[in-house]
Amino acid sequence: MLEVGLSHYLILSAVLFTIGVFGIFLNRKNVIIILMSVEMILLAVNINLVSFSVYLNDLVGQIFTMFILTVAAAEAAIGLAILVVYFRNRGTIAVEDINMMKG
Amino acid sequence: MATFPDLIPALPEIFLAVAAMALLLIGVFRGEGSLRLVSWLAVASLIGAGFLAVTGVGLTGRVVTFNGLFVTDPFAVFAKLLILTASGLSIILSINYLEKERVARFEYPVLAVLATLGMMGMVSANNLISLYIGLELQSLALYVLAAFKRDTAKSSEAGLKYFVLGALSSGLLLYGSSLIYGFTGSVSFERLAEVLTGAPSLGVIVGMVFVAAGLAFKISAVPFHMWTPDVYEGAPTSVTSFFAVAPKVAAMTLFIRVLVGPFGDLTAQWHQVIWFCAAASMIVGALGAIQQKNIKRLMAYSSIGHIGYALVGLSAGSQEGVRGVLIYLAIYLAMNVGVFAIILSMRQNGRAVEEIADLAGLSKTHPLLAFAMALFMWSLAGVPPAAGFWGKWAVFLPAIQSQLYGLAIVGVVASGISCYYYLRVIKVMYFDDVTEQLDRPALLTGVVATGAALFVFPVYIFFLAPITSGAAAAAASLFGAR
Repeated sequence: MLEVGLSHYLILSAVLFTIGVFGIFLNRKNVIIILMSVEMILLAVNINLVSFSVYLNDLVGQIFTMFILTVAAAEAAIGLAILVVYFRNRGTIAVEDINMMKG
Repeated sequence: MATFPDLIPALPEIFLAVAAMALLLIGVFRGEGSLRLVSWLAVASLIGAGFLAVTGVGLTGRVVTFNGLFVTDPFAVFAKLLILTASGLSIILSINYLEKERVARFEYPVLAVLATLGMMGMVSANNLISLYIGLELQSLALYVLAAFKRDTAKSSEAGLKYFVLGALSSGLLLYGSSLIYGFTGSVSFERLAEVLTGAPSLGVIVGMVFVAAGLAFKISAVPFHMWTPDVYEGAPTSVTSFFAVAPKVAAMTLFIRVLVGPFGDLTAQWHQVIWFCAAASMIVGALGAIQQKNIKRLMAYSSIGHIGYALVGLSAGSQEGVRGVLIYLAIYLAMNVGVFAIILSMRQNGRAVEEIADLAGLSKTHPLLAFAMALFMWSLAGVPPAAGFWGKWAVFLPAIQSQLYGLAIVGVVASGISCYYYLRVIKVMYFDDVTEQLDRPALLTGVVATGAALFVFPVYIFFLAPITSGAAAAAASLFGAR
């Protein structure tokens, strides 16, 4: 029987983090997917913090997680609000169309 | 039973938080047309917070409160004074601009005050949690400000780009924080400084690099600079004038505190990262600006370059180096506020223009304005006897003392290249023919531009001694605490 230890949680969170970062850079279709990727990065961090917290027998990691969850909610609200404003102006949220400024 | 924390060290922040909420209430009850009132009250509360910071307990020594989450020392006080000055001047400059652009909403000064509060939290952070909360309070307010002109595509695109890359940088910073927590068992800066001696484990180094990457995003150091030109160009000009100074000062001082405090014994590990960021920022800042036609984009590359020069002082890793960075930031503040005061007054027939070519013949139509702009450009290029030269002097001298000859050579070459595009602006103003005359600048903008120009040359000579001694005390407090 496989014993699930700290390293399994750390690998899981590293994989989620990597998927999140690649989701931001490789995705060319939709800004909503970028917002989901950002959430995924933050949740990967939370898994890391909670598993370290259990492993170290120290509550600080879980407190940190609570703060991250709260801020992530505010961040998602602001991100979606900016996205709505952007959609009103341009009528599209495709990533490849966000190119008014470059150089 | 937990005891009630000592609130006195955090008095400036508490005052500013209460003031921001009061301003929001005033704005809501007065409704439309309250921008002027709320802006001036915001400036007054920033001055009040500055007064509390100067007279508070932080000026004399290091005081820690809120269970070690919050610290105030001469270093934090120095940074807070710079941040409050930059925010206050930026709010004063934006009043006229917002009214002329028909976005005169009272939320603007309130958001600026909240962002300032976040920055003050950042420079007083003594723990990875309070670092994150301060950084996010600043960033969330700035995302909204970038998209403030919500009915134009450019501004909303700038907000969106800033949000996506800002959220990514927060994610990197947090992932690094979680690794540091896991491998050391603590998030407090003091505890980290005790634990991190000798050879660190690989997890700590990876975590430190992630944290450094997250902070490098916020100061727009190369290779994390790609958002800067787009956001500077797209955001409303008054917001760009805010972005260019206060958040840079806050993130830079936070960067110094993190690297010198908890990671002070890992200098060998972070030194190369900072060396690379400094050299690359100076080069990209110098080369990227050459082909720019938009003056806001030019200033974006200019600020990337200037962050590179400031990082030279940090990469020296010495107390004199940190002192140099603080002096550099103070002079950078004056130059940028002045330049943006002039950019904000660039209007033709009531319409805002932002091409460098629109400045053509400014010396004939507005000789004083052209002279002030020329002074700022001399100073930004670092030509003596303007103030900018002494800023560069203050960061390059410690670098040479620490035997960073390569970095100093890169810096001098980059300064030489950047002279080209700064002098091009002067050439356009003095030698090109007028195509369309600029409108008369508003009185307030003119006053701020004149004041900044006088500071850049020659009044700074009288301020050099107090700025230097303040920066020296601030750097000493940071290194004494280790």
